[in-house]
Order: sequence, then C-alpha cells, then structure tokens
Amino acid sequence: MNNSENGSKIGFISAINGSLIKIEGLENDIQIHNMIEIIEHGIHGEVIQIYKDHVIAQCFENTELLKLKDKVIDLKEPISMELAPGLLSNIFDGIQRPLEKIHSNFNNSYFLERGIKIAPLSRDKKWHFVPIKEKGDIIEEGDIVGTVQETPLIKHMIMAPPGASGNLSFIVAEGDFTIIDEIYRIKSSREEKTYNMLQKWPINTNRPYKKRIRPREPLITGLRVIDLLFPLAKGGTVAVPGGFGTGKTVIQQSLAKWSDADVIIYCGVGERGNEIADVLTQFKEITDPKSGRPLLERIVIIANTSNMPVSAREASIFSGVTIGEYYRDMGYDVAVLADSTSRWAESLREISGLLEEMPAEEGYPAYLPSKLSRFYERAGLVTTLGKSSLKNERMGSLTIIGSVSPPSGDFSEPVTATTKRFVQAFWALDAALAYSKHYPAINWLSSYSNYPDYISDWWNEKDYKWEELSDMDWNNCRILVNEILSIENELKNITQLIGKENLPEEQQLILFIGGLIRNSFLIQSAFDNIDCFTPIFKLLFHIKLIILLYYEGKELLKLGFLVEDITRLNTINDIFKISKSIPNEEYESILKFKKKMLEEIKSLKMMFGDRRERFIY
Amino acid sequence: MIDVSVLYTKIEQIIGPLIFLKNQHDIKYGERVVIQTENGQTRNGEVIKINQEFIVIEVFEDTLGLSSNNSEIIFTGEPFKIDISKDMFGKTFNSFGQPIDIKTKEILDINIITDVERNINGSPINPFAREYPSDVIQTGISVIDGLFTLIRGQKLPVFSGQGMPHNKLTSQIVTQSKVLTGESFLIIFCGIGIIQDDVSYFLDQFEKSGNRERIISFINFADDSIMERLIIPRVALTTAEYFAFEKDMHVLVILTDVTNYAEALRELSSAKEEIPSRKGYPGYLYSDFASLFERTGKIRGKKGSITQIPILTMPNDDISHPIADTAGYITEGQLVLDRNLHKKGIYPPFEVLASISRLMKDAIGKKNTREDHSDVSSQLLASYSSALEVKDLISIIGEEGLNPEQKALIKFGKSFENMFLNQGFTEDRDFEQTLNIAWKVLSVLPSDHLIRIHENFINKYYGEMV
Repeated sequence: MNNSENGSKIGFISAINGSLIKIEGLENDIQIHNMIEIIEHGIHGEVIQIYKDHVIAQCFENTELLKLKDKVIDLKEPISMELAPGLLSNIFDGIQRPLEKIHSNFNNSYFLERGIKIAPLSRDKKWHFVPIKEKGDIIEEGDIVGTVQETPLIKHMIMAPPGASGNLSFIVAEGDFTIIDEIYRIKSSREEKTYNMLQKWPINTNRPYKKRIRPREPLITGLRVIDLLFPLAKGGTVAVPGGFGTGKTVIQQSLAKWSDADVIIYCGVGERGNEIADVLTQFKEITDPKSGRPLLERIVIIANTSNMPVSAREASIFSGVTIGEYYRDMGYDVAVLADSTSRWAESLREISGLLEEMPAEEGYPAYLPSKLSRFYERAGLVTTLGKSSLKNERMGSLTIIGSVSPPSGDFSEPVTATTKRFVQAFWALDAALAYSKHYPAINWLSSYSNYPDYISDWWNEKDYKWEELSDMDWNNCRILVNEILSIENELKNITQLIGKENLPEEQQLILFIGGLIRNSFLIQSAFDNIDCFTPIFKLLFHIKLIILLYYEGKELLKLGFLVEDITRLNTINDIFKISKSIPNEEYESILKFKKKMLEEIKSLKMMFGDRRERFIY
Repeated sequence: MIDVSVLYTKIEQIIGPLIFLKNQHDIKYGERVVIQTENGQTRNGEVIKINQEFIVIEVFEDTLGLSSNNSEIIFTGEPFKIDISKDMFGKTFNSFGQPIDIKTKEILDINIITDVERNINGSPINPFAREYPSDVIQTGISVIDGLFTLIRGQKLPVFSGQGMPHNKLTSQIVTQSKVLTGESFLIIFCGIGIIQDDVSYFLDQFEKSGNRERIISFINFADDSIMERLIIPRVALTTAEYFAFEKDMHVLVILTDVTNYAEALRELSSAKEEIPSRKGYPGYLYSDFASLFERTGKIRGKKGSITQIPILTMPNDDISHPIADTAGYITEGQLVLDRNLHKKGIYPPFEVLASISRLMKDAIGKKNTREDHSDVSSQLLASYSSALEVKDLISIIGEEGLNPEQKALIKFGKSFENMFLNQGFTEDRDFEQTLNIAWKVLSVLPSDHLIRIHENFINKYYGEMV
C-alpha cells in the first residue's frame, strides 16, 4: 500500500464525471463525509458514498484537467467550520474560504482560482482576551472562560467546547492572543488538555444544547405586515416564496438591516454576484440604529453565487447554520437568512443526477424532504450548555428565514411544497402585488404564521391600551384586520358584478377600511428613511387609529351618515401621513391625530344631528 | 500545428454527439480533442467523462461520417482555448474563434496575431472583488433609456417571441449604444444558431452604421452543429473578459438567441441519458445559464465592465417556460416585447408593465443622466398603468361615461405609445431628448396628477416642452 508523508494512505482517481470523482485505495479506512484532497491540484472534496472497492467524492471545485491515477489523500475530518473571533464582518464561500483574504492575498486576483489554500480565520491577528474564570474553577462544557470584543457591536464569548469539563488548571492573564495561542488548560480525571480560542465543528452535526424551549418572543422585523399579521418568533422558522421580481431579496435585506436579532448570518446561495456586491456595500454603509456602528459588524456573509461550484453551494446553508449555532451558544439571538433555498435544492438535484439516483418529483432526489427538515430543525430557542457568569442559565435563539424561488411562481412545486411542511410561518410573495407596486408584496390571504399564540403574552406586556378601544390588544387587532381583509376580498368579486355603489353602506365601509389598511398600513417602502422600519408602538398606534375610525364609522352609519361622509374626513390624510412623515420616535403624535379625528367626527354629528332627519324634509 | 499528447485510431461507440474510446492512457478531464478523418476533415471535441473502461468525448461538429476506424483522435493535453487579439475588431469568427467569411462560411486565411490565449470556461469572479454597477449605457432608444436604463455591468435580457422585431431592436442597440464618458466601448455580437438571412441582415446593418470597427462578431449558423452552440457564447465571453478587465474597455455582449442554446443543452443532456427536470431540460439549466450570465459585471479597481443583453424567444410567448423563467431568476431585470403593440405598428413594442431594470435606481439621476429621470420614469409607469386600467373600463361603460381625469389618461396613454414608445429604427435619441419627450407626453395630464414628481421639477419642466 502507498502511504503519504504523514502516514495516511494514498488513493487514486479512477473515474471523473463532472464534479464527481471515483477513488480507489481509500475505501477501507475512510469515513463517510470525510474530506479528501487531490494532492497535485489542492482541490478538496467530500466522500459521499463508500463501496467495497472504491469511494465516490464530490469536489468543491472545478475538475477540469484532473487525470485518472491522480493522487488523493484522506483529510480525516468531515467538512467543518472554524469557530473563533474573526467571523463577524467577514465574507466566506460555501466551504468557508475567506473571499476577502483570497482577493487581497493573490495580487487582487478577481477570479477564484482553483486549489487556493488559506485558513478561513486569520492565524496572525491578535485579539484582546479578558479572562472570566480563574485557575482552579470547575469548568463544564459550554462555560464561558473569557471574552473577546470581536467587533464594537458584539462581544465574543470564549466557551469551553462541548465535551470539555474538569478543573481549570491554567488560564492566561488579560492580553492579546491569536486564535491558536494557548489560552487555558482543563484537567479532568483522565487527562489535562490545552485549549485555544479556535473550535472546529462539522457542519452536518447539530451543536449540542441543554434543552429546547418553545419560542415565546417575537423577532421584530420593522415590517408592519409581518409584525402584525404574520409574526415570526425568535427561534422560529419562516419560508419566503416568490417568483422572480417579487422582491424576495429586498425583504431578506430589510430583515438583515432592521430585525432585532443580535447576529445575522447572511447566506447568498446560488444567487447573483452583483447582489452580494450590493449587500456588502450596503451593510458597510448602513449603521446600526442603536449604536451608530456599521451593520456589517454584526453580520457574517456566506456567498456562494450561482456560477460557483454546486457542491459548495450544497454545503453553504449548513455552514451558515453552524456558525449561527455557535453565536446562539454564546447567548445571542441569531438570524440565518438563506437566499435562496431553491438554489440549494437544485444543487442537490444536480449532484443526485450525476450519481444517477432514482429521482422523485421533477428530478429532485427522494431525500430532499429529510435534508430540508434537517436544515430547518436547527432553528430554535434553547438553554445553552454551560452556565452564564451572571445568571445561572444562558438562553440563545436561532431563527431561520429561507427564501424559496418557485419556477414560474408555482407554489405547488416540490421545494415550496416540501418547505411548507417544516416551517411555522409562510410569507407568500405575490407577483400581482409586485406588479401593482404593492411592496412588500406579501399576500395577506395566502400567508400564515403559527406564532401568534406563542408570542401574544409578550405583546400584551408591552402594549398600552387606548380607552376607546379597551378590548383591542395586539392579537385582537390582527384578528380584526385579517377579518376585514378577507371580507374585503369576498366583496371584491360582487363589486365587479354589481358596482360598489349598489352595496349596502356597511359593506362599502369595509371596502373603504380594507383599502385604507392596504394602502396606508401594509404598503411599506424599503427605501424611505422613516418607512423602512416601524417600531412596535408606532405600529400599534397606526393600526388602532384605523380600527377606531372603523368603529366610529360604523356608529356614523347607524346615525344615517353615508360612507362618503367618512371618506371625506381630513383624518384620512393624517392616516396616510403616518408611515412616511411621522418620525418613528414621535409615535405619540398619532394620539393628536386621534384627538383630531374624534373632534372632527363629533362636529360632524353636531352639524347634522341625526342625519336621518334630513330625509324627512 | 496540433500539439499531440496521445493519439487513438479506434472508436468503440458513437452515440449522437458522443464518441466512446477505450481508456488506455491517462488523459485529462475536460481536455480538448482533435479528430482527423481519412478525408482530411478536422473536428473538435472535449472529454466529458472518464472511467476505467471508457473515455467519453463530446464532438462539437457533427459526428456524421465518423466510423469506428476511419479517424485519428488526438488528445492535446490542454483545455479548450482561444486566441484573442486587438486584430479581432471589426471581424467575424466561428465557434472556434477562427475568422470566417459569412457569405461562404469558409474559414479565412488571414493572419491574426495572437495577444493572449485563454481557457474558454473561465473562472468564477470572486464575489468580494465585484463592484456594484452604477453607471449607464445610452442605447438611444427612449423606452430603454427612460424607463429601463441599461447599466454597465448588468445582464438585461430581451424576452421576445417568433415574429416580433427583436432582430431589428438588437441591431439598433448594437449600432447606437454608447458610453457617455468617452471611454472605449466594444460590442461583442454572438449569434447562436441564427439563420443565414438574419446573419446577413445584422452584418449589413453593422456595416452601414459606420461603427463596424468597434464590433466583434461570433456566428454559429442555424445549420451548424448543435454542440457548437454550447461553446460559442463562452468564446465570446472569454474575449469580452480580456478586453474589459485587461484592456479597460466597456464591453456590451449580445447573445442571440439563447433559446437555441438551451435546446442544444437539452439535446446533449438527452444524449448523455441524464434525468430531465422541467420540459426535458436538464436539472442544471440554472447553473449552466449562470455560468454564462454571471460573466458580467464590474471589478473593483478595474476601469472596464461587461454588460450582457441575452435575447431569447419564448416558445408560444410563454413567460413561464423554463428558458424564460430560469433566465429571469438570474438576470437583473427583463425587457419584454408585446405582440399586440407590435400589431398596432408601435416600434419597439415593449410590454412596459412587465419589463424592469433592477439596477437602474442607483445609477440614474443628476450625475449620469438628468436630475428628474427617476421621478419621470416612475410617473410614466404609474400613469400608463392607470391609462390601461381606464382602457379596460371603456369596454364596460363606454368612452362617454369617463370623467375628465380618465379622458386625460386615455389621451396620455395614446401619446405615450405613439411618441415616447414609438421611435424610428434609425432614430438615436439621447437622454436629454428622451426625457424631453417624456415631459411632452406627461404634459397631457394636469400637473396635479403628477404626484410622483417633485414640485421643483414640475415647475422647471412641465409644459415647457410642449
């Protein structure tokens, strides 16, 4: 048998087909999903099948000019992420090659050449480590031994990796260290082990936690249609399907910018290169609303564009989620944005096709559902391993927001239909809405969320009631708005036949209020400085004002007023002004609008008294 | 001379465009193969599969005339490369980058000095190295420049159908397009499976325009081998990359017709006995399209850019057909042609409401076009959309039932189609002219209707242009 310098066996390529290679000579020792390297070219791959006399591996790079009998070695570990300070503000490809570093290290080469070997995280950069634990402390797995201020926005907790526990026999004093410098030692009954800041974790294995908890807090997105009607919870999952041109990417980017997650992992999966360029510039320029620092300081970008190798695309969403879990373990609320999971599913299909597997629907492999569920099930609110220095328990959450790109906008296609089974919320983007420039084009009839029950307590604690609407808490608001919108939709069909004027006044009022909700509340501009983000109080006041108008309107109709009397009220203009003209922190001026509205209605009543009398004369 | 690394004389199997050889040598995956037949013909191919038994080669030209033992198969040890040089300007080439006479289709024996040799498959651009596109190209066509501005570094396809004037439009774009900053500009025209008549039409038009010297053409005729359709866009884009990123030029690449390309891909896939996904197209249609369309853009620190206009004809005008649908997901917008407008005699017949240019919002305005551009384009789209709604209303209530505002909209709709959209085939309008026409059309409407335009622009331009 042939052995390489480090003693591991050498195998040989015995067939090549696209990104797949067949290797002989490694089949007896290698573990499935281990990484291999084609020595001469520096190309890496992953073993995906093992047979009696050969193994099959998928290469993460172009296989052009490989030969039969090229030498291959087992790297003896599955594809893993490096986890340590230096992840934030960084941009990686699907297998964690550092794209910025590659660009600067290789003469500003703008093409991604093959076989580039650079460690994902810098081995030279020094980080300022502040110890929390002292020598002699008892350490459990997951305990925070010290911290590093990774970016001005995020403090990186240096945690004892899963499996490490015992007596802290050594820890460095506060100072600057690289991620591979020795930081601490843990002595267990069996051995004493040395640790640095760097952990490696295989992307296809969930990082462990103590227990999972049912989500109970909303992830506030600043998008009104979501926060009111189809909310997402911290630790939850949502799919965002939509045909091309429906604004999927704009929604994903709005969430990255405005949602109240601490850390964002943005995965550009098989999408356009220019989009990544756009995201990168925007995240650098836009500042975090709370701290005024660039948003990029709390973001990790994974970019595997459509023209980069498909096997790395397949890995990329799991890479993203693994990094997400790591920050979750520190006690942060993390959101993983994957744009788009359809491109990921297509990479599965391509590889499955090369393997000549029996396809299920539309060429997708039969294991598409199990792979997808493994991805979405990594979301959750958990009690992490280890104790916190402050509280006894540390909580962290991982939220997954996956966009889906159904061919010709058909939601019955396999990826959309399968995804629906594993997510708790569904924001259906609608081409007709986008066409009429209604953004965000989230269809209020076909979207849904299962989270309201989970999170209504949270909203009730925050809310403060209006005396005029004493029973209207957040949940009742959303129930009523959903009701109005669905009645409006039913009425629309009748309206087309008999004309709006021939409907009873109460139904005309519903049509009017429905239109007001759609045009002043649901439509939201991602490009307006105020409108791009709506905080929760402004949202509640805005919708309550509309609901109050609806109730007052019903009263007026009872008194014999007509819907046109209501549509002529000055207050309608005020309502339209709320989203773009009232600064977000001045939401209390909506109370002035309310006062004005009530006065206007009062004077209307005074002027005409009981309007029914007019008809007597 | 062909560099010989390995030579075979025996073919085991021939299936469609694929030939199978017994594997006896260590040849390289993806290497270029030259096949010489007894009667002196030369064909090209590429290794697409290797295992211990067989080497599978995809032949780019026809396999017609090959038998199991009438040819020599020469392995070059190199990937498919083409020669690129400044001598190419103004000339026409075939799929292999050889200069041809388009009348006889013969390869010309002219000496083109090679500046560089490049692998046609290229490498993906590092997303980090990209610069977000933000500068314009003027096509001289109002509807494009005004409403769907073409941005340097953008890929903006034209979705057309059989019998619609996409060839005319293409030729007008090729002859009129320019960058306004005075930098050098190059057009690469790549015809994929186009018929002889169209080829002559295009090249005549290029000749007439007097801009022939800034156009490089690559032509794969409709009766040329199907497999050549798969390499010709790569040859064209490799050429584009050289001039854009190494010679600082702004390159506009036109690919027509991408539908022919996709069909060739389907044919090869079926010869390879792959599992099809939608309508028989292979599951990797998206990645394959991306490997072409993503070869556009701007690079940090480089002056040049590559912009692409792929033209594709939608079978049965069906925008949800896999070809149009897949392309639409990758490109940055689309320009859709409309059969009804075409029948009405409007040229170019754009289906305005279905078209979009995704990159224009950051590029238009005072710096590159004119201060009022963004407001004007958004107002034109909004008002035209209302005008079309009113038009539907007429069929129910009749023209008499319209109120004055609706009547004004109908009038606006007509002048929008006749003056703004409609344009002569040789009429080259600059941004200034386009926007002035836009104001002329908008001035049909009462000024208080123009809610999407800032007041200062209304004061400055409204009524001025009438």
